[in-house]
Amino acid sequence: MKTFGGPALFLDRSDINTDEIIPAKYLTEITKEDLKPYLLEDLKLPGFDPKSDKTFGAGAVVTRANFGCGSSREHAPWVFEVNGINVVIAQSFARIFRQNMFNCGMAAIELSPEKIDQLFSYAGAADATIEVDVANTTLTIKGGGREESMQFEISPFDKALVLAGGWVDYADSKY
Amino acid sequence: MGMTTAQKIFAAHLVDEPFAGTKVLGIDVVMCHEITTPIAIADLMARGKDRVFDNTKIKAVIDHVTPSKDSKTATQAKMLRDWARRHDIKDFFDIGANGVCHALFPEKGFIRPGNTVIMGDSHTCTHGAFGAFAAGVGTTDLEVGILKGVCAFREPKTIRINLNGTLPKGVYAKDAILRVIGELTVNGATDRVIEFGGPIVDAMTMESRMTLCNMAIEAGGTSGICAPDRVTVDYLWPFISDSFASKEAAVAEYSKWASDADAEYDKVIDLDLSDLAPLCTFGYKPDQVKSIDEMAGQPVDQVYLGSCTNGRLEDLRVAAQILKGKKIAPTVRGILSPATPQIYKDAVAEGLIQIFMDAGFCVTNPTCGACLGMSNGVLAEGEVCASTTNRNFMGRMGKGGMVHLLSPATAAASAIEGKLADPRKYL
Repeated sequence: MKTFGGPALFLDRSDINTDEIIPAKYLTEITKEDLKPYLLEDLKLPGFDPKSDKTFGAGAVVTRANFGCGSSREHAPWVFEVNGINVVIAQSFARIFRQNMFNCGMAAIELSPEKIDQLFSYAGAADATIEVDVANTTLTIKGGGREESMQFEISPFDKALVLAGGWVDYADSKY
Repeated sequence: MGMTTAQKIFAAHLVDEPFAGTKVLGIDVVMCHEITTPIAIADLMARGKDRVFDNTKIKAVIDHVTPSKDSKTATQAKMLRDWARRHDIKDFFDIGANGVCHALFPEKGFIRPGNTVIMGDSHTCTHGAFGAFAAGVGTTDLEVGILKGVCAFREPKTIRINLNGTLPKGVYAKDAILRVIGELTVNGATDRVIEFGGPIVDAMTMESRMTLCNMAIEAGGTSGICAPDRVTVDYLWPFISDSFASKEAAVAEYSKWASDADAEYDKVIDLDLSDLAPLCTFGYKPDQVKSIDEMAGQPVDQVYLGSCTNGRLEDLRVAAQILKGKKIAPTVRGILSPATPQIYKDAVAEGLIQIFMDAGFCVTNPTCGACLGMSNGVLAEGEVCASTTNRNFMGRMGKGGMVHLLSPATAAASAIEGKLADPRKYL
């Protein structure tokens, strides 16, 4: 089974929308790979540089509430996918974005505000890394010489989609 | 215990419940446009699954960037066009017949009370105005919808919004929905259906109900829903008159989709809008709403009238009433995009287009273009637009641009003054 996570990218704001994740002008691309350079291009956040190695070297995103609000564009999960980010951890997600993540066989994990704060306490560590075990619903964060693990909840359907590798194969085999 | 409209539609369309709380529904209408569908088509082809579940239940339109603006958008249009021809999609709308999806498809009579509707577009919730469960989905859900005619949803909870009183002069459905989003906040309805009811909704036209439901997603809602009634039947009558002996019979049939009196809601919110002032957004989130009294005087560079929210004939009529015999401020660019060819034709016939052009508006063909900064009216860095669209995210209409959401009346008044303005003094 594929592994989830990697170097953590911390985006400390609620309501980050799909226009900020991938601007509409790039929706004219017709392959996922073509989206790669435009990751989070329009996101303005103190201390965040969309063009940095840290952004493009990330494997997991940690953020706040209502992540992915706005458009239905699946280009938002895809721009993460083609950049090696296959898990987003947030206090909450917009419905369509969350479903798109699972439909692509990626993970959108919701945690309590307290647990999100715990993860953000690693934001200063240059080596902060997150590993997610979807089968066992555990998440481990390491960085700055510290390490801790926590459980998360995921619906059985979303878990089945991740384990099946996405909704197309799941649906075509079943319906 | 009674059921809500959404619960009734879910029960009637249930194909499978693979896990508790996850419902796989049969879909009545799968709608497609040229931005999110071509990549679904490409993936289906790559998987060796270039099939459609039912070519009569799939509707397709080229609307977001039309006419194509460059080679990439021309390729997207071609991919959708070739696919529609290959699978003999009867209801495919190309140049000359194309309009903004959420205005065009209702106008063609494609949506019925009790339907399930999906599209790769977040404002698909618009179609809930007909008493349907209509939800925006991503490309993968769309792909499965095209291939299998099914889509998975969590069991919906419903928030009931009662709009009580009567709307004052100069206050419209757009102001009502901005008030509701201000109340719910941008994620207050996530994983919820927003059901609109009460005397104000009962008195609304289908166009106004579509404006309400269109912006349910801006509060995070899966769909907006209005109960089907006589207004719904009057709108649909040209398409359903062969199926019913009378309008009364149609109302009786469709009313089975209305929520039961003892239905269980997640939350019920009563709002009396009798004293509501015209509203306007002030920030980068659609729940950042103030009264026009507080916003008036702020300069704007562009006024945009159109989109799936407010590009319908009644919107054009209200704006034209204000603009008649007047000129827009020389510092403002006015852009009007009637949402469909029929609306455009009707607006010509009524003399509305003449009024807009005499006032100084540029009138474009029907397209989504400016609303999401894809074509036909993109803003420059630092520019401000007073817009009848549905989303004011930072840079939405162009990098570094700012959008104020408001009603067509408030947009027209703002165009005249070159700054945000109260429409009531022009009525």
